[in-house]
Amino acid sequence: MTQNSSSKLLNGDALHRTKQDTKAGGNGFVKNHCLFRQKRYRRPAEKSHHASCTSLYKKPFMESFEETPLLVAVLTYMGYGILTIFGYLRDFLRDWKFEKCHLAREREEQKAFVPLYQDFENFYTRNLYMRIRDNWNRPICSVPGAKMNLMERVTPDYNWTFEHTGNVLKDVINMGSYNYLGFAENTGTCADTASECTVKYGVGMSSTRQEIGNLDKHEELEELVARFLGVESSMAFGMGFATNSMNIPALTGKGCLILSDELNHASLVLGARLSGSTIRVFKHNNMQSLEKLLRDAIVHGQPRTHRPWKKILIVVEGIYSMEGSIVRLPEVLALKKKYKAYLYLDEAHSIGALGPRGRGVVDYFGLDPSDVDIMMGTFTKSFGAAGGYIGGKKELIDYLRIHSHSAVYATSMSPPITQQIITSMKCIMGEDGTTLGQERLCQLSENTTYFRRRLHEMGFIIYGNNDSPVVPLMLYMPAKIGAFGREMLKRNIGTVVVGFPATPISESRARFCVSAAHTREMLDTALNAISEVGDLLQLKYSRKHRRGSEGTDCFSFLEGHQD
Amino acid sequence: MKGSLTLLSSPAARSTAVSFLRMDMKNMREYVGWLYYQYLLVTGIYVLEPWEQSIFNSILFTMVAMVIYTSYVFVPIHVQLALEFFSELVRGQPESTVALMN
Repeated sequence: MTQNSSSKLLNGDALHRTKQDTKAGGNGFVKNHCLFRQKRYRRPAEKSHHASCTSLYKKPFMESFEETPLLVAVLTYMGYGILTIFGYLRDFLRDWKFEKCHLAREREEQKAFVPLYQDFENFYTRNLYMRIRDNWNRPICSVPGAKMNLMERVTPDYNWTFEHTGNVLKDVINMGSYNYLGFAENTGTCADTASECTVKYGVGMSSTRQEIGNLDKHEELEELVARFLGVESSMAFGMGFATNSMNIPALTGKGCLILSDELNHASLVLGARLSGSTIRVFKHNNMQSLEKLLRDAIVHGQPRTHRPWKKILIVVEGIYSMEGSIVRLPEVLALKKKYKAYLYLDEAHSIGALGPRGRGVVDYFGLDPSDVDIMMGTFTKSFGAAGGYIGGKKELIDYLRIHSHSAVYATSMSPPITQQIITSMKCIMGEDGTTLGQERLCQLSENTTYFRRRLHEMGFIIYGNNDSPVVPLMLYMPAKIGAFGREMLKRNIGTVVVGFPATPISESRARFCVSAAHTREMLDTALNAISEVGDLLQLKYSRKHRRGSEGTDCFSFLEGHQD
Repeated sequence: MKGSLTLLSSPAARSTAVSFLRMDMKNMREYVGWLYYQYLLVTGIYVLEPWEQSIFNSILFTMVAMVIYTSYVFVPIHVQLALEFFSELVRGQPESTVALMN
């Protein structure tokens, strides 16, 4: 039945589905968006995506990316315009030596050459980023668990230089670390076993994997990871970024096609470019765009010669950390099987954080891990360590052991980190005899649901899927980026704010990462502070959940009738 | 504030009235301060150094003052001329049709 409906889906027939019940306390305007009814023009106030075919998805797939209110967008651009004018003024003063220049400049002899620092990125850095730079790179002086200690810094010259006062801000609630299961801790079994391992093996490896840097611990880790994921074999690397950027070139080359999502991480983009394959980009999480690209690729082949492509590799991520959205894996798998492409799934944020048993996005959708050809992930986020892995069929991993650049040239994983991963993974799987792993998984999903629901009720615009522990809160205006970070720190909560170039210029956001180590009280403290700051800065832009609305005001009436 | 003014008869009432006034003034000052903060955030001036903020505020204030002055000088005359023009039209219409008939 799955095959039948998926093939109907892919042949472009419009599927009519029954209206799903709205979740209590969830989105007020649940729009049934049939993916193939594209001709009718509609301007929804929010784009809420539902499963296009209910038989592919075992539970409702609720994502929302509410549209920017028009006034806010206009004011954001106005703010950037004013700051750009002042940027030009400051550049003029620096150029004519009215003001001391703190940055790198070209030397006098190089003035006739092509200018180095004139593009928009450099202009943005020295005139906009520098002014609010105190929100980033804050030095932490304790373990980055649920609470952390920060060094206090002051700046005498508006963020060009910093000085440490010597004070330490204690017990700052940490809403920015990727600590989904709370394994970033310095007490407990993980820390004990890691310190025993340090005593036995030391810390440095002093060699690459292929030479003499292969420990028995690495073999144990790889066998454990393969069992955890449900694949035949796996390989671990010392650095998560390097796992992507050094292994994609080993897998594809000239004459291959890489179809990558619009919002893929820099490591995937770098790996794809290094490989030398043709890269085509499809719209974020948009299955029609992906299908169109696949059909074009198969029909037309390579650009000039029209020969068939040697390989077609679809590169997607499990959770996209800037949007908080989850990939539509069942549909991608259906497309992959129909058009005979390969799938590379980067589970950096979703491994350990999604799914009833913590096995990532494959477990979350209840699918078969052997369907995904290359499962990649990192140990940085949920396991409290560093490094990455690739899992798949035995032939693939044997090939990678020989041909991966990281295995040949990069130092292998350090022993205490390996031990930390082994202990935490056994804890999640329940093999260490306690139920700690399962408790943490439940705590994480409870915390996620609670946090998202409360923020939604307060009236903020939150992007992403209801089940993802990454929560982006929209700020939009450039001055509010700096103000939000500083006001939250005043209330003893450490947050990460993100602006251009990591996000589109008008969509800056604050990104919260919910952790299993957060207790309900910590989340309540954080939520009260966020609400206070939201009122102070007027951040509650959402037009769906007015305070005390029952969902029957004029907007909902209009929305319901637009369908 | 009006209610507090009527209670000025007794000294005790006067002190409560004064404290009400002071609290109202304080609340008013806080509210105006919060409005100024919103203006700083929305225009993006919040991130600039104080001398840049002064430049922007003075330019904006000058432009707003010029707009107010111009509207004070010219708007009444323009409105009066416009009213005269339209009333001329309305009055002129029945007169010309009457002239044609005759």
